Amino acid sequence: MNPGYELPLDEAAYSFGFLDEYAKREVRRAILKAVSIPGYQTPYASREMPMGRGFGTGGLQLTLSLIGPGDTLKVIDQGSDDSVNAVNLRHFVELTCPGVDTAERTAEATLIQSRHRIPEAPLTEEQLLVLQVPYPDPLVVVEPSEGKRKIMHGEGDYSRLLTKLYEDIVQFDEITISHRYPTRINGHYVIDPSPIPRYDVPRLHQSRALILFGAGREKRIYAVPPYTVAEPLAFEDVPFRTEDFREEHGNRRACARCGAKDSFLDEIILDGGEKTYQCSDSDYCNQQLAMRSAAVEASA
Amino acid sequence: MNKILEVRNLSKIHGRGCPQCFDTTGPAQDTNICPHCGSVVAAHDVSFDLYAGEILGIMGESGSGKSTVVKTLFFDETPTAGEAVFFDGDAQYELFSLNAAQSRWLRNHRFGMVYQNPHLGLNFNVSAGGNIAERLLMSDIAHYGEIRSRAKALLARTEVLPERMDESPKRFSGGMQQRVQIAKALATRPPLLFLDEVTTGLDLSVQARILDLILEIQQELSTAMIVVTHDLGVIRLLAGRTLVMRYGRVIEAGLTDQILEDPQYAYTQRLVASAL
Amino acid sequence: MGYVAIKGGGRAIEGSHAAVEALRAAEGEAGTPLSLSTIENQLRLLTSRVLSEGGLYHPRLAALAIKQFQGDTLEAAFALRAYRSTKPRLLETPVQDTSRMRLIRRISSAFKGIPGGQLLGPTYDYALRLMRLDLADESSEAFRAVARRFMQGVPDTALPDSFPKVVDALRAEGLLPPLAPRTQEAFDITREPLVFPVPRSAALATMARAETGSLLAIAYSNMRGYGDVHPTIAELRVGYLPVMLPHPVTGEPVEAGEALITECEVVAMYEGNNSDGPPVFTLGCGACFGHNEVKAISMAILDRALQKGMRDGPRNPSEDPEFVLLHVDGVDSMGFASHYKMPHYVTFQSDMDRLRTTQSKAKASAKGVLA
Repeated sequence: MNPGYELPLDEAAYSFGFLDEYAKREVRRAILKAVSIPGYQTPYASREMPMGRGFGTGGLQLTLSLIGPGDTLKVIDQGSDDSVNAVNLRHFVELTCPGVDTAERTAEATLIQSRHRIPEAPLTEEQLLVLQVPYPDPLVVVEPSEGKRKIMHGEGDYSRLLTKLYEDIVQFDEITISHRYPTRINGHYVIDPSPIPRYDVPRLHQSRALILFGAGREKRIYAVPPYTVAEPLAFEDVPFRTEDFREEHGNRRACARCGAKDSFLDEIILDGGEKTYQCSDSDYCNQQLAMRSAAVEASA
Repeated sequence: MNKILEVRNLSKIHGRGCPQCFDTTGPAQDTNICPHCGSVVAAHDVSFDLYAGEILGIMGESGSGKSTVVKTLFFDETPTAGEAVFFDGDAQYELFSLNAAQSRWLRNHRFGMVYQNPHLGLNFNVSAGGNIAERLLMSDIAHYGEIRSRAKALLARTEVLPERMDESPKRFSGGMQQRVQIAKALATRPPLLFLDEVTTGLDLSVQARILDLILEIQQELSTAMIVVTHDLGVIRLLAGRTLVMRYGRVIEAGLTDQILEDPQYAYTQRLVASAL
Repeated sequence: MGYVAIKGGGRAIEGSHAAVEALRAAEGEAGTPLSLSTIENQLRLLTSRVLSEGGLYHPRLAALAIKQFQGDTLEAAFALRAYRSTKPRLLETPVQDTSRMRLIRRISSAFKGIPGGQLLGPTYDYALRLMRLDLADESSEAFRAVARRFMQGVPDTALPDSFPKVVDALRAEGLLPPLAPRTQEAFDITREPLVFPVPRSAALATMARAETGSLLAIAYSNMRGYGDVHPTIAELRVGYLPVMLPHPVTGEPVEAGEALITECEVVAMYEGNNSDGPPVFTLGCGACFGHNEVKAISMAILDRALQKGMRDGPRNPSEDPEFVLLHVDGVDSMGFASHYKMPHYVTFQSDMDRLRTTQSKAKASAKGVLA
């Protein structure tokens, strides 16, 4: 077509954090708005990242706009630091953010980007959690039109969503929403807390850490600021329930590796067909294991 | 008697409108389409009062503007001009100057609407009980058991079998669907109810039972109602006072008995004569 | 019992990259690597598609993306977009005048004769889709002779530099409404998210970099009957558009380069007379980078359908701005389809928890009924 076109310079010319500075500034502005209006889905012009939409590009734009030299980043997917997508995202940040440390220990991280889990270890005021969001709007199950949903959010009209819960109980005697459990923030906006299990939803309530949600494909950013009320939608007489990890006799299952009885468990089918249960949060599992072997050594 | 609603000079034009619209339409001109700009004058200069516990009938053929009046009052349509004040105890609302949230609140809490087409009033994707639950949930009732028992009681009152409350209204007969709509409209015990051709298209026996139900409810709850219909029989049975509309204008207004006994206008006379 | 952890992710990714790279070179010793100029020239329609869907006019970079992603248009367009994310926006392009295009092709299906004449140019429209087996083992000599022969046959009479636009003639005759004055700045979809309702310029920009197949599918639904645009192509033109930018010092427009684009304007039947004045035809406009006629036509039809939907409310999917604009982006849709391949262990655990609980409740109540 047009001869004489030069190829651009190599990746070395990418700026810190990949995105150009204008883009980062815009994301930061959206973050400020999101924090100021807890639970409000702030639109922003999400940029294309060099990984697929749906692979955490919203979370990544938040992370890249917030991170600086001196920060320590932890990236997890399904609770694990070593799953393919977490490795990929961490690698990308290492490549484009020189001077940033990465860590697997939850306690060591200043910034945690996660998909589908909130770490088991309680977060602190000094930490920031970024969650990757595929669908930002909890009303999408009852109203496909974005224009109408925006009005419903503005007026705090969640009756159709609550009617869905009512219908669930009528039909199944249970609320059947498994993850992405609609949660009301600060008494007004109901959010989709990203596909975290119900087990993690109570961790949003009065969290000490700022929790940010980034939906790259749907171009929305929202926040649960520190010390904010977060209530999962439920009825007064049909309370919200988290995942049940009791076996048939009613005893809480324990992690087969570290023995923890207070963590979200992955169910694993072994080659022989029998099942085993292990912590989904790999760092938590390692910490528990270390504490246990320390205790064994101390008593020996 | 306490006034509950005051409507003054309500007008609604579909289209862009022009200065000649009102002069060139109406019963005298025998049309509601403005010959200058092609706009439809659906209603013009409609004024009336409604008192607590009263049933007002609005009668006319299709295109007379009778449905337009209730649709603007229920915020389904925006009027072109006019005023309407809703008196609710000590509160008083200028209906046409409320913001979206205020009008939605009134719709959900203080007004009820029963449409001719049940698809407009009911959500067919949820059960009959769920339809009533939705309205209760709008009024911040958050106790499942209470919602359930109130929905059951409302459906029982409107003679829908409680065993069928968990079914979708899709599977109900037309008469049953109207009963569910009435139950839903009554869920918040609104002081004002709009009924738009609620029995049109139903079998005569079904019509009669629904009309009886509406009368009973009005007597039990003293709900004020505006009943829109083209059916003289409905007017005769329900309405104490009646407006007759033609081409967007009120051509006759007064006690129903008087209008039926001694219609003043040729149009009303023809209507009455044809029904007798 | 061993620990079944999600481990070794890093090593797996490295291995997978090596494997896919090996496939790129699987031809082995006999193979020669594709040169970017080969891709850009011999796969020019593929390059066109990637350019327009990537939303970045850089044919050579597009050729590189095609090579790197082994011909996957979605991935290649995606790479261009991601590259673009790293670049600041230095200025806004003013409105460009497409009547100044240096054309290689322009046709009108509305009139037999149009000012400047029809110019069929390069197209497969009237080619017989028979396999040309002689191309299977084409020699370099034969290949080079093609262009030489064509250039020898070119008559000396030079084509005019530009052609008048057909819609201008329709406008002059009063069949199309006069150009409305611009009341607002063009919407920049790379800097602002779509929050509905959106202006027409946002719709046009979104469609200009939409995935060709998605755009075609929705436009086709309108053509078949889920809609009623019934378009006539007033003009379809392909050529090089001189890109005019303000001079950094004087501010005067100067030609910064040229871009190959395809532009299509369709005329559709008039609608009910909602405005003052006599009824007129309505216009739909489509334009995209590169040579991609199906995309430009689809876009023009959808532009017309969306204008109707924005005015009267959508009566079918192709008239619904939300439906069309949120579902035609290739980067968004392919990314989300691909993300389902990622682990969903935690959410599936939650799903199973709900199913097991409701199953056991159903069993318990069934027992209760029996007892």
